[in-house]
Amino acid sequence: MEGILFWFLALVLLGSAVAVITNRSPVASALSLVTMILALAGLFGLLGAYFLAAIQVWVYAGAVMVLFLFIIMLLDLKAEEGMPLRALGVGAGLFLVLFLGVGIWHAIPASAWEANGLRAAVSNDAASIGHLLFGAYVLPFEAVGFLLLVAMVGVIVLSKRDV
Amino acid sequence: MVTELTVFLVSTLIKIFLVIGVLLGLVAYAVLAERKVSAAMQDRIGPNRVGLPFVKARLMGLGQPLADAFKLMLKEQFVPGHVRGFYYNLAPMLAFLPALLAICVIPFAGVDPIHLPGLSLAIPQPGVIANVGIGALLLFAVTSLGVYGIVLAGWSSNSKYAFLGGIRSSAQMISYEVAMGFSAIPVFLISGALSLPQIVDFQIERGWLLLPFVGKQFDWHLLFLWPSLLLSSLIFLVTLFAETNRAPFDLPESEQELVGGYNTEYGGMRFGMFFLGEYAALISASGLFVTLFLGGWSLPFGLLGTATSLSTFFLQALVFLGKVCLLVFFFMWIRWTLPRFRYDQVMTLGWKVLLPLSMANIVLVAILLAVFGGTP
Repeated sequence: MEGILFWFLALVLLGSAVAVITNRSPVASALSLVTMILALAGLFGLLGAYFLAAIQVWVYAGAVMVLFLFIIMLLDLKAEEGMPLRALGVGAGLFLVLFLGVGIWHAIPASAWEANGLRAAVSNDAASIGHLLFGAYVLPFEAVGFLLLVAMVGVIVLSKRDV
Repeated sequence: MVTELTVFLVSTLIKIFLVIGVLLGLVAYAVLAERKVSAAMQDRIGPNRVGLPFVKARLMGLGQPLADAFKLMLKEQFVPGHVRGFYYNLAPMLAFLPALLAICVIPFAGVDPIHLPGLSLAIPQPGVIANVGIGALLLFAVTSLGVYGIVLAGWSSNSKYAFLGGIRSSAQMISYEVAMGFSAIPVFLISGALSLPQIVDFQIERGWLLLPFVGKQFDWHLLFLWPSLLLSSLIFLVTLFAETNRAPFDLPESEQELVGGYNTEYGGMRFGMFFLGEYAALISASGLFVTLFLGGWSLPFGLLGTATSLSTFFLQALVFLGKVCLLVFFFMWIRWTLPRFRYDQVMTLGWKVLLPLSMANIVLVAILLAVFGGTP
């Protein structure tokens, strides 16, 4: 049962990820991305990481992508729809995917995943994730938070400039 | 030979059919109730003609939902020529689905296993379809997807009114989602759980979070926290109004300016799906509020706290249903009492009032809990 679900979700995930790029209509691309996010949340659920799955759906599908869609619809992009895929772009994309994939494969060996107790913590509940985030990983967590704050201030400064 | 898996599968299927059936029945009668309530408030009679078919009895208009449903289903499925076909068909389904999914994690009765006569194995988690440890978060996540149906409907209709309705709705839902999540955090802090059945169990023991003195035992900790809980429940209630697009937050479909808002270009059962989705969302929102603040399936002072037999189980479900119906009535009462907000008022209320208040409330509750203790 889990095997079937895994392959189904993985196929949906990869298929919609490809559809994000190959779709020429921005709205269709955005919706494919939403499908991909939902499939990814399903995979997290299969790993027992329900917290991650719920947050994935809530934050990415429920908030970020809605804003994306919102902007796409407001701008009503038409020029994009006629643009064909270019060989150079496809090649560069494939190269980047391979580069990043191999990089991640080497950077995070399966043993590290098990050794740091990450798997146990992640597939447990919100409390253990909280203990990890505010305990062992508090510095990276705060750094990410600070980065987001900087981005927010940047956006406000940029959008206020011509007032 | 009956295995645990078959018991689980069969009981889950039965629960799904029961819950979806009751939900759809409630939706049908909520529409009638809405018309009756509005009629009573405006000193009219309301629908009272339609009774059962082939019988002369009118039954105070109780046959109206049947007639409404048949009308919607038998209507021509007309599609205007200027719409974007695929998304136009997709949108009503997307609007309907999240509310149905959300109801899966709301516990409508106790979740302790109950034994049925003549069956050796106990039925696991009888009171909820899916007992997920982070049920509350999952529920927020699923309901946040409801906006897609409305946004897509507005965009794919390719018409000004529908588009403005869709845009307004997405802006409103995103704005109030944040405050909704924050206003629920004190509940999780105090009960120490994200699982909805556990939150209800906490309330049975220590008092409903809206009325902290009706628990099995009196808990003075909750009295300190009562003001914060009242504030948090108020914010949560207001954001529920906004999230379900109910008046006074019904700007997405304000008739005077936008004809019908995002569903202007829809007819027949496609329009019916939006309608169903809206009321289903209203009912699951009421269910969530009852679960978080009003003690879920329990009566005050720990009565009906645990179900031991099938009869107490059904009594619990009835209590839960009763509370949900009262809350749905409250929603209708507000709708026919208050005028609609202006758009800038909605945004000011969401971002400048409710959001800071709910954040301050979280900090206050956290400090109170740290000083006085009281988490289980």
